[in-house]
Amino acid sequence: MIHIANLVKKYGEVSAVNDISLDVQAGEIFAFLGPNGAGKTTTIKMLTTLLKPTSGSIRIDGLDPITRSTDVRRRFGIVFQDPSLDQELTAYENMELHGVLYSVPRLARHQRTEHLLKLFELWDRKDDPVKNFSGGMKRRLEIARGFLHTPKILFLDEPTLGLDPQTRNQLWTQVKALNEQEGVTVFLTTHYMEEAERVAQRIGIIDHGRIVAQGTAAELKQHTGTDSLEQAFLKLTGTSIRSEMATGADAMRAMAAMWQRGRR
Amino acid sequence: MVIYMLWLRQIKRYFRSRSRIVGSLGQPLLFLVALGFGFGPVFQRAGQGNYIQFLAPGVIAMTVLFSGIFNGIELIWDRQFGFLKETLVAPVPRLTIMIGRTLGGATTSMMQGVIVAVACIIVGFRPSGAMAIAGGLVFMVLIAVMFTALGTAIASVLSDFQGFQMIMNFLVMPIFFLSGALFPLTGLPRALDLIARIDPLSYGVDGLRSSMTGVSHFGLPTDFAVLLVLTVALLVVGSRLFSRIQV
Repeated sequence: MIHIANLVKKYGEVSAVNDISLDVQAGEIFAFLGPNGAGKTTTIKMLTTLLKPTSGSIRIDGLDPITRSTDVRRRFGIVFQDPSLDQELTAYENMELHGVLYSVPRLARHQRTEHLLKLFELWDRKDDPVKNFSGGMKRRLEIARGFLHTPKILFLDEPTLGLDPQTRNQLWTQVKALNEQEGVTVFLTTHYMEEAERVAQRIGIIDHGRIVAQGTAAELKQHTGTDSLEQAFLKLTGTSIRSEMATGADAMRAMAAMWQRGRR
Repeated sequence: MVIYMLWLRQIKRYFRSRSRIVGSLGQPLLFLVALGFGFGPVFQRAGQGNYIQFLAPGVIAMTVLFSGIFNGIELIWDRQFGFLKETLVAPVPRLTIMIGRTLGGATTSMMQGVIVAVACIIVGFRPSGAMAIAGGLVFMVLIAVMFTALGTAIASVLSDFQGFQMIMNFLVMPIFFLSGALFPLTGLPRALDLIARIDPLSYGVDGLRSSMTGVSHFGLPTDFAVLLVLTVALLVVGSRLFSRIQV
């Protein structure tokens, strides 16, 4: 379903993604792990047509995201690291707008919106503006929205960041259920190792823009001679803390965090 | 359908953020009242007639200018924390998104302009002539679309708000102050006259003024032609830059 071969992304002299190759099968849940700045988000951006690779090739359901971007976009849903809901609109209006953007026919749009909002336990809040939602509710809504146009692949970029264990648990249960019912391929990133181990069938670990290991959680533990995924991860990627170049987005994230604290 | 939904989204947002509507009316009303009544007597004595009558189209143009630029520049924030990313990965051409956004932004800017126009009339501004309202609306549309497109173009190349202050002080403020919104463009020093001729808002203000009060500096057809050409040009440039955005 996802095929990546020798993918490279360079910013000037720096390689954010340095020659990675991997395959994700249809219906699989694949966890993409790595320290901050390892190249996870950059890879997702290239897979989802938002960034052009420097070299290498990508196939999404057999299609090239560069030359067939519109067809590729129809095939996936995505939940970004930063929120992408319209805060002033209601939950239902957000779903409606997404349905129109993906040209989901009216009847299917309404039925599926209802089904998904009920599944993610947001149906009784459907007419509330999103700005009144908690962090967990917003995340659930974003994931529900990602499923609306029945994508073949769902990308989740750190969807559980900042959520409490209850919400995280529930969220993954629902994603797993949809993966089984609809056969959606899921490509996720997270910093919580136990989540990756629980949810994903296969795991790829990226560090300094290179894939350092991939396989099932059991294989990774066996390969590194450790007894938890966290230890395997640390053994593969080292224990030093990564320095990441701050970008404009980070400055704005800091502003957003301040703004949110100020409002509480 | 997509364009309509994106347009509708911005209209809904506009009506739901009342504090923003009220907040952005403060500045034009202050200009209108403080300058209008403050400089009124001097203006009268200089033989130029009623200053409110002169100033009102300028203040309306200012409202549309600021709110148009802001609607465009909001994109910077939207790109990281907003709905924009959702639209950028949707199977919809970028041009469609840009058009929906710009039309929505321009419509809300116009509504701001209309509210200020009503406030001007309450304060004592008297539009005259049969085509005053229609002509005024046409020029408001042009100003609104032009500066929303300009804001979008600027926001497409900025990655955060670092450059925003500079844009305000060195682009938006001069566009407003040097446009003839506040003073007549006749008998200016050569340099200022030249700048006013380059300033796109000069033609917007003049077009508004001439259709609403009959007083014109450049002449109505010139105003209209210049604005139309610039609006189309900025739309083209804006959509070019917008379609190149990488998140």
